[in-house]
Amino acid sequence: MSENTSLNLQRDKGNSLGLGGIVKKILFDNMVTILFVVLCIFGIYFSGQSLAFITGELITRIARNAFLVLSLIIPVLAGMGLNFGIVIGAMAGQIAIIAVTHWKITGIAGFLLCILISTPLAILFGYFTGRLLNKTKGQEMIASMILGFFANGLYQLLFLFFIGTIIPMKNPTLVLSGGIGIKNTIDLSGGIKYAVDGLYRMPLSLALLIISLILIVINIYKYLETKKIKRKDNEKYLFSVGASILLLILSIALMVFRTSFMFIKVPFVTILVIVAICIFNVFIVKTKLGQDFRTVGQDMHVANVSGINVDKIRVTAIIISTVLAAWGQLIFLQNIGTLNTYGSHEQVGMFAIAALLIGGASVTKATNSQAIIGIILFHTLFIVSPLAGKNLLGSAQIGEYFRVFVAYGVIGVSLGLHAFKQQIEAKNKFKSQ
Amino acid sequence: MKNGANILQMKNIEKEYFGNKVLKGINLSVRAGEIHALLGENGAGKSTLMNILFGMPVIHSTGGYKGEFLIEGRKVDIKSPKDAMNEGIGMVHQEFMLVPGFTVTENIKLNREILKHNLLSRVFGENLKSLDYENMNKDARKALNTIGINIEEWATIAGMPVGYMQFVEIAREIDKSNVKLLVFDEPTAVLTESEAKTLLSAMKKLADSGIAIIFITHRLDEVMSVADSITILRDGEVVATRDKKDTNVMELAELMVGRKIERIAKSDGKRNLSKGNIMTIKNLKVQMPGEEVKGVNLEIKEGEILGIGGLAGQGKIGIANGIMGLYNSDGEVIFRGKKLKLNSPEESLNNGIAFVSEDRRGVGLLLDTSIEENITITAMQIKKKFIKNYFLFTQLSKSEMRQHSLKMIKELDIRCRGPQQVTRRLSGGNQQKVCIARALTMEPEILFVSEPTRGIDIGAKKLVLDLLLKLNREKGMTIIMTSSELGELRAICDRIAIVSEGRIEGILKPEDSDAEFGLMMAGHYSKLRNREGLEDA
Repeated sequence: MSENTSLNLQRDKGNSLGLGGIVKKILFDNMVTILFVVLCIFGIYFSGQSLAFITGELITRIARNAFLVLSLIIPVLAGMGLNFGIVIGAMAGQIAIIAVTHWKITGIAGFLLCILISTPLAILFGYFTGRLLNKTKGQEMIASMILGFFANGLYQLLFLFFIGTIIPMKNPTLVLSGGIGIKNTIDLSGGIKYAVDGLYRMPLSLALLIISLILIVINIYKYLETKKIKRKDNEKYLFSVGASILLLILSIALMVFRTSFMFIKVPFVTILVIVAICIFNVFIVKTKLGQDFRTVGQDMHVANVSGINVDKIRVTAIIISTVLAAWGQLIFLQNIGTLNTYGSHEQVGMFAIAALLIGGASVTKATNSQAIIGIILFHTLFIVSPLAGKNLLGSAQIGEYFRVFVAYGVIGVSLGLHAFKQQIEAKNKFKSQ
Repeated sequence: MKNGANILQMKNIEKEYFGNKVLKGINLSVRAGEIHALLGENGAGKSTLMNILFGMPVIHSTGGYKGEFLIEGRKVDIKSPKDAMNEGIGMVHQEFMLVPGFTVTENIKLNREILKHNLLSRVFGENLKSLDYENMNKDARKALNTIGINIEEWATIAGMPVGYMQFVEIAREIDKSNVKLLVFDEPTAVLTESEAKTLLSAMKKLADSGIAIIFITHRLDEVMSVADSITILRDGEVVATRDKKDTNVMELAELMVGRKIERIAKSDGKRNLSKGNIMTIKNLKVQMPGEEVKGVNLEIKEGEILGIGGLAGQGKIGIANGIMGLYNSDGEVIFRGKKLKLNSPEESLNNGIAFVSEDRRGVGLLLDTSIEENITITAMQIKKKFIKNYFLFTQLSKSEMRQHSLKMIKELDIRCRGPQQVTRRLSGGNQQKVCIARALTMEPEILFVSEPTRGIDIGAKKLVLDLLLKLNREKGMTIIMTSSELGELRAICDRIAIVSEGRIEGILKPEDSDAEFGLMMAGHYSKLRNREGLEDA
């Protein structure tokens, strides 16, 4: 209720203050993203790297990380905040990878087997996570984060002590020389490395061409759809069509002028999978289940009164997120090529959440496009900051320090800004009465 | 008068909460196509009765109820809100059960969405069926048209005027196909006058289509304009059932409030209240959830006991909380000729303003701490009393604390095992006395007391009121007492200000008639006074 009125107020303000008011509102609503766009531009400038190099790196990183970030969206939809518990999903993925590497099943077959093994594990883990989060309503984020640390303990117990003792395993490439415990790093090359990425790599310009054409078709369709029911907020689709046409022109330009961009290849199948998960996120919203997610997310009490089983819906949301995170970690590792048995999963939650927040998401709202924008900005910063640090301060270490600092800082800052925004809105509402 | 068949009959309904009888044999019957108004003060038992009707969990988890009720002549046993829905009982809630980010259609069809198959749902089942927006919109449109309101069904709730939200709620109820009985729980409380008018005509339209309506409200003129019959509850009993044509506003107001009042304070005639104002409140707004104050102007005379009364949720509680800086507030408070800085509890306390909170166990007391610490803590913090100074650090002065507490325990007659007893173990009345003792330790010039007798048994109530009176008469302390119980306000106050919709509706003397109090609490005092001359003539 209170939120309504403040929204109402803001809308009125936008109308009455004219252009200045609207610009101010846009800046206010997107301050985190704008801050990082500025940082990225600085970083790119000072790193002294060519755009082609950065783009190439960026594409690799988008393909590697997007799936993980996108796995965060459904819990946000269901009002459970940012799911730090995706770390647990990542563990499920890694358990599967170790098993499959042990059985020496390679390539895409190995990858698919990983998915087959990790899915039931992730469902189980997600179920327990969801049950716990139902007991800690209102503190889901901190609860899921601590749960991640706890689960890490169990994970280490499994691979440090149970392997070779309770679970017999004779494999000198995987097991430590003492016969107990899995080695710290596992090489996946010759295993599932590039299992998906390597299926088909497409030149960047062609990929851009296809993407822009698809975007144009989708946006025109949406525009006509909204026009049919006479909604007035459909200018944004026209705007998107314009942007997509620019992209189309760019892709053609890349094909015509032979620049260093032509050497950049896009892992087509991985991108396709990412597009699929985006479509899934949109699709689910339009189903009964998605509607329940949204209802629970907006107001648990109302949902309960209307007869929705709130706890069950929340568990479902976490299960989906955990399963997607497990798959996301598989995609991540098949690209990286080495599994850091005790470390690969640890930062997953933190980095994915930082990326999502940079894209302009908050604990109550997150969309596909915010995820993608966030990944682009976050990883641009990752690529350029060591180089910029080296050029500016003479030490790559400082740049490296900055990017870790940035990852944690952004979570703190954007959570703070979110609270700050709510406070300002509440204050405005009170003053206007 | 309409002569439909009885939709609902409640017979001899009784309900106890922990040995406390809140409903004492209620009989109520509502006919099809009738608007039946249910009147009563807060705590009269209206909500409990409706909770029983809806099979709310709170009823069944506290031992159920006695008596029986019949729907269309059939005896039914409603155990959950879902059963109630199946029987065709709908409710338009006082606080909206709407999802702000959803469209009107989505809200009307909440958890009753129309679904259609898609590729995935054939494999994975019901839950992945797509929403059929086209048909949902059609249904929503139909429901909105039935009540005659022109809202676009795809507009989102967030940002809508409150009045529209109410209509969406109603549309949702009538979209349920089998609805026979609709309960409107204070539907006009949040509406503007023109919105209320539209709502009332929508209610009439619904009643004409054969739906029975129970209309809970405090606004008597609305009752007179739409209701066919009226039942008045007081203290868990039906005081009267009237047909509209046999009654008038004055009678209703009297029936609602009326009870014998025992005035404790004897009018000794020697009261001198001409010393002038100790505090002037100008346009005070307080952002207290559920008790919002929307611009109060009030003058408090030195040495008086001023009562603040009114119905729950109208904002009376917010006034004291706002002045003490416990909730965000705005406006001007002039205390002894100086402007008081708002939003700062420290400032208020420093100025000699003390407060006994209505939330005794939450805000009022440190429940797991001893009586003596509870009594002294505020003075310790604000006045640096009970503290020994040793240059760089400070220590509590246990002996001073003990001495003072013993004195207070004796003076206020706090029944306890000693100053070290933990306050959680005390009875409500004695806890309240500890709160008052703490306020007195501040040696205040003006004392705000909110709901001093809430949750206290009758004997202790009188003791607390006597104590307040004694403080006023003997120490000359100005007391502002906020209470939901008109009786106790009328027992000791010099003047009583009645709050309605966040503003002061008027100030009455304790001797004024029941009808006048009733009208003022219903928020239509001035309006009716003006009209009376024209209509009754």
